[in-house]
Amino acid sequence: MTRLAYYPGCTLETTAREYDVSARIASREIGLELVELEGWTCCGASSGHATHYELSLALPARNLRLAVEQGFDALVAPCAMCYARLRHTVHDLRDPALRARVNGLLDAPWEGDVRVHSLVDLFSQEESLALLREKKSRDLSGLRLVAYYGCLLVRPPEVLAPDDPEYPTMLDRIIQAAGATLVDWPLKTECCGGSISLSRTEIALELTRKLLEGALRRGANGIVTACPMCHANLDMRQGQINRRYGTDFRLPIFYFTQIVGLATGHRAEELLLDRHLADPRPLLAEAGIRQ
Amino acid sequence: MEASMLKLNLKERPFAEQIRRRIQVDVRECYQCGRCTAGCPVAGWMDATPHQILRGIQLEQKEWVLSRNTYWICASCVTCSTRCPCQVDIARVMDALREIALAEGIRPSERTVKAFHEAFLQWVRLTGRMYEVGLIGLYNLRSGQLLSSADLALPMLTHRKVSLLPKRFRGQDEVNRIFERVAALEEKR
Repeated sequence: MTRLAYYPGCTLETTAREYDVSARIASREIGLELVELEGWTCCGASSGHATHYELSLALPARNLRLAVEQGFDALVAPCAMCYARLRHTVHDLRDPALRARVNGLLDAPWEGDVRVHSLVDLFSQEESLALLREKKSRDLSGLRLVAYYGCLLVRPPEVLAPDDPEYPTMLDRIIQAAGATLVDWPLKTECCGGSISLSRTEIALELTRKLLEGALRRGANGIVTACPMCHANLDMRQGQINRRYGTDFRLPIFYFTQIVGLATGHRAEELLLDRHLADPRPLLAEAGIRQ
Repeated sequence: MEASMLKLNLKERPFAEQIRRRIQVDVRECYQCGRCTAGCPVAGWMDATPHQILRGIQLEQKEWVLSRNTYWICASCVTCSTRCPCQVDIARVMDALREIALAEGIRPSERTVKAFHEAFLQWVRLTGRMYEVGLIGLYNLRSGQLLSSADLALPMLTHRKVSLLPKRFRGQDEVNRIFERVAALEEKR
C-alpha cells in the first residue's frame, strides 16, 4: 500500500461528493491508502489567483505545511483545481525570497518538500493500470467514452507536467485499462468556462454545448472527467443548454474513478452515480452493466 | 494630417514595469503574432483581444487597458500562455491586471465576475472552506442578479448536491489571519 495525504478540497464535500466517495473506493482497488489531511482549508481556487498572487500561494501553502506536520512527503488532490493551485505553490515557492514572503503570511512557515500528485497521475502509472486490468471484473465495452481533461490538469505544462498539454493520454489509458471503449476526439483540453460559470453563465453554456456536441458527434455515449468544475458544467447545465439551444442532451458525465469503480465490480449506488443530473443508469442498463 | 490618438512617451514604462514587478512577466517579449487570441475560447466575448491587450501595455495605454473587459472575461484556461512562442505568460498578465484594477479601485466592466470572486473569498474567510449555497446567495446579492441559478436550486437539492447550512472549519482562524496579512501587504505596495 502506498500511503499518501489526501486533500479532497471543498467541492468534493458538496457538489462533487460522488468524486470523493468513488476516489476512495477506486484507490483501495489499486493499493493506494489515502489519509485525509487533518484540518485542511480551501486552496483559494480561481478566485485566489484572480485577485491576489500572494494569497493564491498562501492558502495552498498552509495545507502543504499541514502535510509536512502530519508526516507526509506526498499529497494527492483529486480535484483538478486544487491540484493546479497546490502545484503552482510548490513550483513558485522554489524562489526563496517569495517563499519567505508567503511564509510570513502564515501562522507558521511551510518548510520541507511535498510532492503533489493528481489522482489521474497516480492511476495512469503503469503499475496502477496493470492492477486495474487484473482486478477488472465487469465488461464495460458498451460504454463509449471520450476523455475530457479541460484546463487544470494540463496547463501550464511546466507546472502541471502532463504527458502532452495539447493531446494528453492519462485518462485515455485509464479508460482503456478499465475495459471501456475509448473514443478519440479533438476537444480533450478545450475550456468549459468553469471559472466564469456563475458570473457569465451564457459563456459557459456555449462552451459546454460545444463539448457535449463534439462528444456526440464522435459517437460517444459518455464523457469522463477528473474536474468537479467541468463536471458541474457538463452535467448540471445540460437542462439549461437544452432550454437555450433547443437541444436534447442527456449525456452521462462520469468521474474517472466511477468508471474504475464500475470496472472493479462496485454498484452504481455505491459510486453515487444516482447523484448526477444526467442519469447514467439507463446507459449502464443498455450497456449490459448489472447494477 | 489628423493628430494621432496615441500620445506615446515610451522612455519610461511605468505600467509595464508595474506588471513586471508583480508577476515577473515582461510584455516587451510579445511580437504580436496573435496566437493567444486565436486559441482563446472566450475572445468572442471580449471588447479587446488578448494580443491587443499586450500591445496596449507595450504602448503604456493603462487607462485603455484597464477599462477593457478582457481580463475579467478571461477564464484562466491558460491556453494563451501554453502556446505563446515568446513564452509570455499572458494568463498571468490577466491576473496582474485584475489585481491592479482591484488595488486601484477601477470600476470593473464585468461587475458580476468581480462579485463572484469576492463572494467566493468571503466564504473562505468566514468558514475556512468554500460553501456553495452561501456563495450563490452572496453572489446573487452582490451582483444584483437575485435569481441567478434559481433553476438549478431544485435539481441540486433533490440530487443531494449541496448542504443547506454553513459550518466553520478548523483552521478558519489562520485563514482569516492570512487574509488580514495579505491586506496589510497590499497596503504597503
